[in-house]
Amino acid sequence: MANILVIGEHAEGKVKKVTFELVTKASELAAKLGGQAEVVFIGSGISNTAEVGQYGAKKAYVLNNANLEKYNTDAYTKVLFDLVNELKPQVVLGTASPVGKDVLPRLAARLDSGLASDCTNLDIQDGKLVATRPVYSGKAIIDVKFESALQVASARPNSFVPSVVAAGAAAEVVNKDMDAGTLRAVLKELVKAQSQKADLTEAGIIVSGGRAMKAAENFKILAELADVIGATVGASRAAVDSGYATHDMQVGQTGKVVNPNLYIACGISGAIQHLAGMRTSKVIVAINKDPEAPIFTKADYGIVGDLFQIVPLLTQEFKKALQG
Amino acid sequence: MKIAVLLKQVPDTETKIRVKGDASGIESDGIKYIISPYDEFAIEEAIKTKEKSAPSEVIAVSLGPVRVVDAIRTALAMGADKGIHIDDCGLAMDSFVTAKVLANALKNENFDLIFTGKQAIDDDASQVSQMVAEFLNVPQLMLAEKFELGADKKSATIERSVGGGTKEVYTVEFPAVIGAEKGLNTPRYASLPGIMKAKTKPVTTLKASDLVGETKPKTTNVNFRLPPERAAGKVLQGEPEQLAQQLVKLLREEAKVI
Repeated sequence: MANILVIGEHAEGKVKKVTFELVTKASELAAKLGGQAEVVFIGSGISNTAEVGQYGAKKAYVLNNANLEKYNTDAYTKVLFDLVNELKPQVVLGTASPVGKDVLPRLAARLDSGLASDCTNLDIQDGKLVATRPVYSGKAIIDVKFESALQVASARPNSFVPSVVAAGAAAEVVNKDMDAGTLRAVLKELVKAQSQKADLTEAGIIVSGGRAMKAAENFKILAELADVIGATVGASRAAVDSGYATHDMQVGQTGKVVNPNLYIACGISGAIQHLAGMRTSKVIVAINKDPEAPIFTKADYGIVGDLFQIVPLLTQEFKKALQG
Repeated sequence: MKIAVLLKQVPDTETKIRVKGDASGIESDGIKYIISPYDEFAIEEAIKTKEKSAPSEVIAVSLGPVRVVDAIRTALAMGADKGIHIDDCGLAMDSFVTAKVLANALKNENFDLIFTGKQAIDDDASQVSQMVAEFLNVPQLMLAEKFELGADKKSATIERSVGGGTKEVYTVEFPAVIGAEKGLNTPRYASLPGIMKAKTKPVTTLKASDLVGETKPKTTNVNFRLPPERAAGKVLQGEPEQLAQQLVKLLREEAKVI
């Protein structure tokens, strides 16, 4: 059976947008294989698993076990391995999220299969998956072909547009009790982030600051803009190395590689290693004092000016536009 | 304790990547190689852990052509004790084969800890560490931002950063694979005496062809190409207030992203 199994992700009891993106793509690919798209969710209390049916999936497996309530590498690897052996899909797709990046290599190794990670496009050629992915942080692009019978890939968030192909359709939900096996690393504590902001790697809009932010407290003007437009705040390596921002905010080759619809670069010159981390953004805005800054060669819209003047004005204008 | 650290040599982040005419890979001439930055965090944590758990030794392992011995020497200069260079013997390798070769080189050495970087910044695959852990049948803790050795020296507490600012704190008993994230530590520079000493530290050479067994690549990378160039866009003109108004309008009406 040439089916595609998508590893679904959820948060706060809801299916995440990245999963709808991936299911949309999976059902398109499954049609080319003459099979169907199915989704597996791990954990309990997810209210809208059947909704993946609208994006083309036929079945949604929900795997339950007390040891599956929180992410654990050993447990997730085991139950996914068991499910794949039972369902025998031709393709397994996950998201290049912290969970997907952790479990998929281990799962692929156990399944004696190849893995293409962090893909920005997926296609079927000659009956097999072909995965397109950036390497060298996007300085080059490659296609990955598979030698193994089972083909595993993870997709970068925001790579596909979720599309309702069957309005109102519900996937058949199959609940399964699974043996999660032995957990060798034990989760002692989960420290939730204070903000409910999307992670940079999944964010639809990012406002980033560079060295020209001059001080950590100045990032609050970016945070204010971000609040108004629903963005996540990022930073360049220069800003992180200067201590203005924390390293988990860093966008670039040695930080997060991001893929938003809109990237607003404030006071960022556009070093090659930063551009590598954000070049696939659909729309780039650059605000910089220096008209010669390399960032302007990549930006769709540029403003040559003082970010401390421009950013608060933008915040005001967006407030008017979005609330008006 | 016996501690391994897995290193990969990669092109420097400032490298301008050029693709070969037949699209089979990238041009390697003129590239300056560095230790993948996340692997530097792994070396530092391995040495720090050694210092807290004497008598211990750190063994730096790298797979690749002869040039990767430079990466091993750098790790030795920082404070690692021994090196293992696994000559790739020109074999076709993907992450699966790489991990298999590394695991086969490590499996009889009875390491307590294996430190790695969360990913190498060339292929950005982030697969080898997890696959090595799988092939050695030991737990993995990737994205480690904090590593605290237990009082028993047989376990550790690890803090992982799992996106959006959320942290997970785990305890794990050794052996284990630890994948370093930025923030874990600040790698030390090799001192001059360290560099001198590194020259006499032992580096063993193994051959990938002896370690690979029947394993064949599961994937092949083809059609290397440069990304489409972004055309430079509009630079807006006007007074600050007008610039802000124009931009908001363009983003909403032309680009339609907000």
